Amino acid sequence: MEPELEKMPDNLEDGFVTGGQEPQIRKVVAVENEKKFQALDQIIEQYSQEPGQLIKILLKAQDIFGYLPEEVQAHIALKTGVPVSEVNGVVTFYSLFATRPRGRNILKVCMGTACYVKGAQELMDTLKEHLKIDEGGTTSDQLFTLETTRCVGACGLAPVLLANEQVHGEAGAAGVYKIIQDCRKGEKIESKKH
Amino acid sequence: MKVRSIDDLRSLKEKYYPLIKQRLGHRNGLGLTQVMVCSGTACTSSESREVHRKLEQELARCNLSSSVRVIRTGCFGFCQHGPIMMIHPGEILYCRVRPEDVREVVQHHLINGQLVDSLLYREINTGKKASSLENIHFFKAQERIVLQNCGVINPESIEEYIARDGYFSLADLILNKQPREIIEIINKSGLRGRGGAGFPAGKKWEMAAAQDVKPKYVVCNADEGDPGAFMDRSILEGDPHSVLEAMSIAAYCIGASQGYIYVRAEYPIAVERLENAINQAREVGLLGKGLFDTSFDFDIGLRFGAGAFVCGEETALLHSVMGQRGEPRPRPPYPAQEGLWGRPTLINNVETYANIPVIFRGGWEWYQGHGTATSKGTKVFSLAGKINNTGLIEVPMGTSLRTIIFDIGGGIAGGRQFKAVQTGGPSGGCIPEKYLDLPIDYESLKEIGSIMGSGGMIVMSEDNCMVDLARFYLEFTQDESCGRCTPCRVGTKRMLEIIKRITEGQGEMEDLELLEELAFDVRDASLCGLGQTAPNPVISTLRYFKDEYIAHVRDKVCPAGVCKELLTYQVDAEKCIACGLCAKACAVGAISGAPKQPYHINPEKCIKCASCVAKCPKKAILKGVGREVASSAQAGIFAGAGSQENRPAL
Repeated sequence: MEPELEKMPDNLEDGFVTGGQEPQIRKVVAVENEKKFQALDQIIEQYSQEPGQLIKILLKAQDIFGYLPEEVQAHIALKTGVPVSEVNGVVTFYSLFATRPRGRNILKVCMGTACYVKGAQELMDTLKEHLKIDEGGTTSDQLFTLETTRCVGACGLAPVLLANEQVHGEAGAAGVYKIIQDCRKGEKIESKKH
Repeated sequence: MKVRSIDDLRSLKEKYYPLIKQRLGHRNGLGLTQVMVCSGTACTSSESREVHRKLEQELARCNLSSSVRVIRTGCFGFCQHGPIMMIHPGEILYCRVRPEDVREVVQHHLINGQLVDSLLYREINTGKKASSLENIHFFKAQERIVLQNCGVINPESIEEYIARDGYFSLADLILNKQPREIIEIINKSGLRGRGGAGFPAGKKWEMAAAQDVKPKYVVCNADEGDPGAFMDRSILEGDPHSVLEAMSIAAYCIGASQGYIYVRAEYPIAVERLENAINQAREVGLLGKGLFDTSFDFDIGLRFGAGAFVCGEETALLHSVMGQRGEPRPRPPYPAQEGLWGRPTLINNVETYANIPVIFRGGWEWYQGHGTATSKGTKVFSLAGKINNTGLIEVPMGTSLRTIIFDIGGGIAGGRQFKAVQTGGPSGGCIPEKYLDLPIDYESLKEIGSIMGSGGMIVMSEDNCMVDLARFYLEFTQDESCGRCTPCRVGTKRMLEIIKRITEGQGEMEDLELLEELAFDVRDASLCGLGQTAPNPVISTLRYFKDEYIAHVRDKVCPAGVCKELLTYQVDAEKCIACGLCAKACAVGAISGAPKQPYHINPEKCIKCASCVAKCPKKAILKGVGREVASSAQAGIFAGAGSQENRPAL
């Protein structure tokens, strides 16, 4: 089992960029991007009828792009008629919005009080050490981004780890390693067993 | 079917009530077994969805699908013991039901009619098994009024809410009462805002109703930002229609036709249930144009918070609802005078709204019979931290902290000593043991330097350092300070610097005075509630736990053994078997030794990561708190989540 796991990221990288295919891949990326912007335009059309839906549009845009780069912010500003400075002001105000690309798996350690008094900081330190990244950082293979989150309200299960928005309770005791392994395998993360 | 009159509601109720009646403990010969599976956030994260799926599968396999019905409910409040399953008739409660237990439940309970012993709840202190709800002290000791539907109805069914007399109050009030009379009843009930400050709800309604401008708006504050609080989430997940009904009543009273619920994006299940509830209400005509064939129109939209604590403050929330940066502004004008888009806006919190239908169903006289002289009704608290029964509880105002923590909450986890309880989140304070018997209401909590807040209660044991906790809260408020006013933006930053110095052993005695002075300045000079209350954790810990601060500053010791910089690790020479595992585990090479000799930790190199503690088979590595050395078993940092040995070896 173990060696196979180790190999997986390499295989994935092979599938991504190899010298000869580069122009084609660039084209694929452009087409992908085109599609994303089309999806974004639909969202904007759907929500801009109502007043005050900028935050909703930004949340949806982040779902599509994974983060909110300048081009996306500018595009939203253009389409909604909200000044780009205001869009950027909103993006930078709220902690859920990211302006830098994030990894394919997002691990969030809940830093609510209940989690904190039950060892969330330890959990964070353990993850930082294992993934060799800092809080807010992304691993070099683009697989993991490590973040903290505000209280998710699952305080009864503290400390809590969110792996791709799925809540894993009592995450200090066991299972964290398995969650990371599962992400590496590219499998859907299954809920941690007690 | 469209609901146009009280008779329409009645006929729906008649149809669905038998199901509900059985769930309330009546054996009404329905010939049907109902299995309730909790689908709140906590249970969902411990696989209740999988339990539900497996159960459906297993029932189909055993040809029981027609005689057994599976219902997903909201939170039972017993989060620590989830996933929760309850079977009617009999009110049999099963705890920690794993997907692999489902087959046994079906075979034993549903087919053979026997209890599944291994899944029954055992009282923590007596070890006694309890099979049904009424035998479990945690539930018996509560008074569930606001949460009466949570765990009883399917939150995704408007019919079941109607069967619990839902929307009857709305119909009655719209058809038979004037707004003035309704507000009078709210005033008489004595209901106060459950969001934190405890402003009389009726007064707020009055103010909004008195404005002559149109349109007006009704807003529900579901931005439950206090870390450690999850009451509002559970209400939204377990009984969303009660909030919709209350908002409609409020809209009728003040003359609004549009409402907004501002909900955190961190609560995906609550958002889903709300969306579903709003759609259902629209379908049957309980939201939309001409409710109950009158000229009253009302609709509700959802708005999402994107992670900013300050948005719980009402003026900041209004900015956020309008899609702007959530910065507060000075009051007056109050939102009831000038709110959304400059129009009169009524803002109440989720739990406040959830009280409204209850007041009209039971009558204000009955409601007023609960609580204390100044604080009426019940309060929902979320219990978390180092307590045996974490979860959601509801008790009358005036209940003592001791009852909540030791009686309902089952005492401190792991047999440790109680140190303090924190109420009100980052805006509240820490309450020491001497006030445990105080009946709690808005006033009494304020007197002892804390606040009711939204109802989060975090229990701390002797393993928690109060200075570190104050630092944690300050870090939170400093990070969440929106930056609009200087006292909060700069003041919290400077306070945090001082308190960090103290936890790192660099503090001076003068720092304590400076910290206190600064705390009062920030409290008095900040623009909004966030800044005005941010110093509370510092002020209250300085007041009740000054000796801990002094230990950090003068003796350079953290009595609870939490502050890393003030700890030392040593090898117990008598226990050490010289296996060398600790040296291997040490990432910085701080541990050295020779065969058959006790190992040694070099304090200069040690980074206090505790990896060696987890690896030592003989528990020979001791965590030192200053000169005293506690045994490593006691100093479990992962307390509550298992001891250090269970730490994942990454």
